Amino acid sequence: MRHIISLLMENEAGALSRVAGLFSSRGYNIESLTVAATEDPTLSRMTLVTAGSDDVIEQITKQLNKLIEVVKVVDLSDGDHIERELMLMKVRAVGKDREEIKRMADIFRGRIIDVTDKSYTIELTGTGSKLDAFLEGMERGAILETVRTGASGIGRGERILKV
Amino acid sequence: MSTELTGAEITVRCLQEEGVDHIFGYPGGAVLFIYDELFKQDKVKHVLVRHEQAAVHAADGYARSSNKTGVALVTSGPGVTNAVTGIATAYMDSIPLVIISGQVPTHAIGLDAFQEVDTVGITRPCVKHNFLVKDIAELASTIKKAFYIASTGRPGPVLVDIPKDVSQQKTAFAYPENVSMRSYNPVIRGHAGQIKKAVQLILEAKRPMIYTGGGVILSDASPQLTELVRVLGFPCTNTLMGLGGYPATDNQFVGMLGMHGTYEANMAMQHCDVLVAVGARFDDRVIGNPKHFFNEDRKIIHIDIDPSSISKRVKVDVPIVGSVSGVLDELIKLLKARKEKPDQTALDAWWTQINLWRARDCLKYDRASSIIKPQMVVEKLYEVTGGNAFVTSDVGQHQMWAAQFYKFDLPRRWINSGGLGTMGFGLPAAMGVQFANPSGAVACVTGEASIQMCIQELSTCKQYSLPLKIINLNNRYMGMVRQWQQFFHGNRYAESYMDALPNFVKLAESYGHVGMKIEQPGDIQNALEEAFKLKDRLVFMDFITDQTENVFPMVPGGKGLSEMILV
Repeated sequence: MRHIISLLMENEAGALSRVAGLFSSRGYNIESLTVAATEDPTLSRMTLVTAGSDDVIEQITKQLNKLIEVVKVVDLSDGDHIERELMLMKVRAVGKDREEIKRMADIFRGRIIDVTDKSYTIELTGTGSKLDAFLEGMERGAILETVRTGASGIGRGERILKV
Repeated sequence: MSTELTGAEITVRCLQEEGVDHIFGYPGGAVLFIYDELFKQDKVKHVLVRHEQAAVHAADGYARSSNKTGVALVTSGPGVTNAVTGIATAYMDSIPLVIISGQVPTHAIGLDAFQEVDTVGITRPCVKHNFLVKDIAELASTIKKAFYIASTGRPGPVLVDIPKDVSQQKTAFAYPENVSMRSYNPVIRGHAGQIKKAVQLILEAKRPMIYTGGGVILSDASPQLTELVRVLGFPCTNTLMGLGGYPATDNQFVGMLGMHGTYEANMAMQHCDVLVAVGARFDDRVIGNPKHFFNEDRKIIHIDIDPSSISKRVKVDVPIVGSVSGVLDELIKLLKARKEKPDQTALDAWWTQINLWRARDCLKYDRASSIIKPQMVVEKLYEVTGGNAFVTSDVGQHQMWAAQFYKFDLPRRWINSGGLGTMGFGLPAAMGVQFANPSGAVACVTGEASIQMCIQELSTCKQYSLPLKIINLNNRYMGMVRQWQQFFHGNRYAESYMDALPNFVKLAESYGHVGMKIEQPGDIQNALEEAFKLKDRLVFMDFITDQTENVFPMVPGGKGLSEMILV
């Protein structure tokens, strides 16, 4: 099963590689990983998307907690949460396609953030499956480049991950 | 600014503040400033090994046989890569070590400088934690943290990488009194509710079993374990890492369990209805295949300081996270407060069954053999040393025979590489043991293959007059490899024959030690007695043993505990 795990860790050189190394050395699946400093510059927050049986997820959270630089770990999938991912997509946009692509972006509430006479760059945020749907909807041949951030997640309502 | 110290001075001062009396190491370019400071003082004694692997194994043996943190000092690049086997060995067995490594100067890092290696990267998967100190202002606090992390919670090796320029720069020195880390707070006290549940299960048990591992040794919890086992009257088994946790000569001890455990221990593990696992981790060499080990009727209580050890290979019913000694204290207190006692009738029936298994005499071997049987050498070693020696071992058949036949009544006497299975561990570990226990008798049980993996340390032993007794069980084979090839690979002994062996007697003599070659069973006892009388000499005893002897019982890989091959 897919799990989205959030963790707070010391914002120190090498902390990220410890997490990444843990996943590769123990053979855990890793779908995406995003990390950046929080409002407290001494802390980084990471969102990890992984998949595995309950036993494996239990081990993953325990092993993450065991890392010396990890301060807190929470499996967001245990409760209500929101997740968002950002995608930037550059598409070939010429002739009558320009109108069509603009319409597609509007339907998905994307924004065109860069324009040339041959291309659009579209910014789109949402759940991973929304981004997938947008990708599916675009004509493959028109896509010049895509970049996705991987999911960021946060608990709903009073669920707060803080030191 | 006269009160400012260099990074090298700070490093040595930190070691002094931590009460370190011996460090094991090998100098090189990146640690020259640190060696210079070691030279100027005499509180911290440096032991010069002949290879960095041995430095870490020696620090490891030192730590295992005392309850102090072992310290090793190595240079950058090859110094570190040589040390990695030692670090991984300590990591697998949760041994508290601090390894200080030199690094190229900060301005040269990442430029493929001479003797540069990404030490933090290379050691990351085999340390509890590691640090690269780029700022001298953080040096003292980092070393303090290293000792704290290494020795608390589930212990383990911690490496501190110090670039050469940091060891040369100066700053004011103050050793922090305490460490507080928001991200590292190991749970020490077991959950009271869980302990209560455990007590209830224990009291209801009809076929109980107490299974203990290295956690009992690391937590210095032998007195508590011994009390618990005796109060309850339950059978007790130890893992390879846990030997000495409960006195082996006691009748309630059913021997070691696992791949080469006793028939009675393995059968009792398989058929018990309540299993109390204490500081042990159900690893593959201990319970075999978890699917075969599974038994619906069996309830498991698991005490361990590391939450990730719990329900990793085997699901447990009552997990208790906490230090073994503290949890056992609580458990004993609660048990004593209860009026109920375990069901004595059921327990008697259980012991009757266990004694039937015991009567199988699974460790029997041909005592009348005209060729030396390795088991007999270990038995005689036990007799001659009165069971009081520190015994280190390398890895293979000799290790299993030492574990099976030397009856350890005390903890921290049996020193072996259980998790990583590092050949070459025994001799350097024995050196560390001797430094930690200057008046103790120290024997290294080894084989002609393993001993050659760190044989250069005979030179270190000479330099420091270490009176080790090396028991070389020489069967001219990598015995355990040969045994597996015999059982599982159609007797094809691929590369497991030790050809072109040195004359070990002459080799020992050339290093300045005493060498003995023993070829007759009748000579074993006299030779051992003579060797142990030479209190100030290292004696290398080359026992020419039966080439075809195998270790029994044996649980083949992938099988369950009750599927043993018996002699």
